[in-house]
Amino acid sequence: MHEDLLAAMRQSIADGDQDAATATANQAIEVGLDPLVAIDEGYVPGLSYVGSCFSSGEMFLPDMMLAARAMNAAMAVLKPELAKRSQQRSVRGRVVIGTVKGDIHEIGKNLVGTMLSASGFEVVDLGVDVAPERFVDAARENNADIVGVSALLTTTMTGQRTVVESLAAAGLRPGVKVIVGGAPVTRAWAAEIGADGYSEDAVGAVALATKLMEGAAGAAQG
Amino acid sequence: MRPTLTLLDPGLEARVLDEALALLLEPGVKVHEPEAAALLAAAGADVRDGVARIPERVVREALATVPRSFALYDRAGRPAVRYGDGLVQFDPGSCGVAVLDPDTLEHRPSLSADLVRLVRVAEGLDAYAAQSTAVVCGDVPPPIGDLWRLLLVLLNSDKPVVTGGFGIRTTRVMLDMLAIDAGGPEALAARPRAVFDVCPSPPLSWSELGCRALIDLARAGVPAQMVAMPLAGGAAPVTLIGSVVQHAAECLSGIAIHQLAKPGAPIVWGGAPAILDMRSGTTPMGAVETAMIDAAYAQVGRGLGLPTHTYLVGSDAKLVDAQAGMESAWGAVIAALGGVDLVSGAGMLDTLLCQSAEKLVVDAEAIASALRLVRGIETPTETLATASFAAAGPEGRFLELPETRKLFRTEQHLPSAVVERRSYRAWADAGGMDAFAHARQRADALVAAWQPPAIDPTAAAAIVEIARREAEGVGLVGMPGLDGEAIAAG
Repeated sequence: MHEDLLAAMRQSIADGDQDAATATANQAIEVGLDPLVAIDEGYVPGLSYVGSCFSSGEMFLPDMMLAARAMNAAMAVLKPELAKRSQQRSVRGRVVIGTVKGDIHEIGKNLVGTMLSASGFEVVDLGVDVAPERFVDAARENNADIVGVSALLTTTMTGQRTVVESLAAAGLRPGVKVIVGGAPVTRAWAAEIGADGYSEDAVGAVALATKLMEGAAGAAQG
Repeated sequence: MRPTLTLLDPGLEARVLDEALALLLEPGVKVHEPEAAALLAAAGADVRDGVARIPERVVREALATVPRSFALYDRAGRPAVRYGDGLVQFDPGSCGVAVLDPDTLEHRPSLSADLVRLVRVAEGLDAYAAQSTAVVCGDVPPPIGDLWRLLLVLLNSDKPVVTGGFGIRTTRVMLDMLAIDAGGPEALAARPRAVFDVCPSPPLSWSELGCRALIDLARAGVPAQMVAMPLAGGAAPVTLIGSVVQHAAECLSGIAIHQLAKPGAPIVWGGAPAILDMRSGTTPMGAVETAMIDAAYAQVGRGLGLPTHTYLVGSDAKLVDAQAGMESAWGAVIAALGGVDLVSGAGMLDTLLCQSAEKLVVDAEAIASALRLVRGIETPTETLATASFAAAGPEGRFLELPETRKLFRTEQHLPSAVVERRSYRAWADAGGMDAFAHARQRADALVAAWQPPAIDPTAAAAIVEIARREAEGVGLVGMPGLDGEAIAAG
């Protein structure tokens, strides 16, 4: 049932075609397809396909970005329908992201935000030049699981340490995990400032966030 | 004739400027600093919500007052770097956060002692007309990291220096240090030793730090070097030409702010653009497309009669390996053929994150060869060949001719031992060293041969005292990088 439609959904993500993603999502509502089925059997496999093609070198960053944006376009259509049915897509985690104070670079942060969002995380993007207290406030207000702090410059990466310290001072650590990224950021730096992880790229950031959420779930169970 | 590389035909060059000027009106340029915004508004720009829409007239008036040429002076007062004079000159790339450890081949965080070693190696290499504050000093707190780099270069070198400030206050401290070294603020303005890199933020944005640096440098009479960094496909259009347009718009807006602060102050049309690598998301500085953007924007700057700068001779390789040699050499050749006044980037690996003294040594050979190339085919003899044949006789004894002895040193670049040209047997018998091993030996030899600079002891003491106060202010214990020799100089 609806196999053609599900295939078209997968294809819309693989093609990075926002219009097709929106259209197939609307079609799902018209034909009464369960939106959770549309997401899990239509769009998510499309995104996984793009992710695996990226990893194998057959697809590139623009393919990923457009796939993620198509995914988000489909979700924008399906979310009200989920609400209407009192259904919820299982949110894999809530992530607050931003670029540190004094730094206005956002490409990396946007990539990570888009990929996290497309991968089922709820993302609050604070933008660039974000003061530590804004990270703290947003983490508290949004009940964040993870705070992602980006810095491109060697001169601003020290701001990542300040965010970790501010979250700790506000009593939000270690409950709220901190992940850091940006060109000068290394595993050693992440460890030095007490962050919970770092990633080289957006695909790695999704894997890292997923791992941290699994760890958190494990810790809660244990 | 001097061989050149021209990537834009005249019509395309004009279109670049037309579209750059159009971008300055729509969407305009973000200006995150009140005085810069006020200067632009007073000149006739429409400034609202932090965005300046700058009319062509403001840009043209600013362009009219930019010096077409100027020099950076060495400590002896010689014009060692001459912008706008048709020369192509080079300096080590900055600013790395790591160095390639020649023993372990790891990229480890750079320390003050690493910067000192890099400076002493570059001091002995003629390929580098200037020094740069090449790496951050990981053993110095970041709030004074910028002035510490300058301190160590001033105490270890007589060459001009390409530097930059990390903060508004510390940039002013750096200007104070340079003024002491020069013999006063007027002497500094008259014979600047340093040029400060000032970076717009792509796309089309000037940060508070960038604006302040433009204004403060203009008023101090110390040259500013705009390092515009369109990232093709990421923070700029994916087309190379689109990135050239964006580069022009960012630099034109910078020139407007700078010249409004002080007409006639020296400023350089420079940059470090790159393509965005669509697999890794990195910014490959050694890519040929990066070099093409560089050569094209330099052409646009030269067409406006402006001093030019770019970032080439760096590589994205992690070791001083075949990739490093390939990318650095074509970078040097493209920069030289492109006629760029000052080319930063030598020594750099890993998208400008890692410096290597050994790579500086290897790159010096690529630079010397590139400069030989742009000298072109010369005609130092009256006949091209017939007189030589007559002199060499029927046996063709060219090697014995006085003209051979006289001219081979200018006809040929004579490489150091880093470039291997002996027979295989001679090479193998001598230990079979590769270029990196040769470079390591040469780097060590250059450090051993380094002589303390001719800095006035009183000036050195005053500069060290400023640094000492700054160190105290951030609770730094000791004076990293100031060993016995440097302190003796101070």
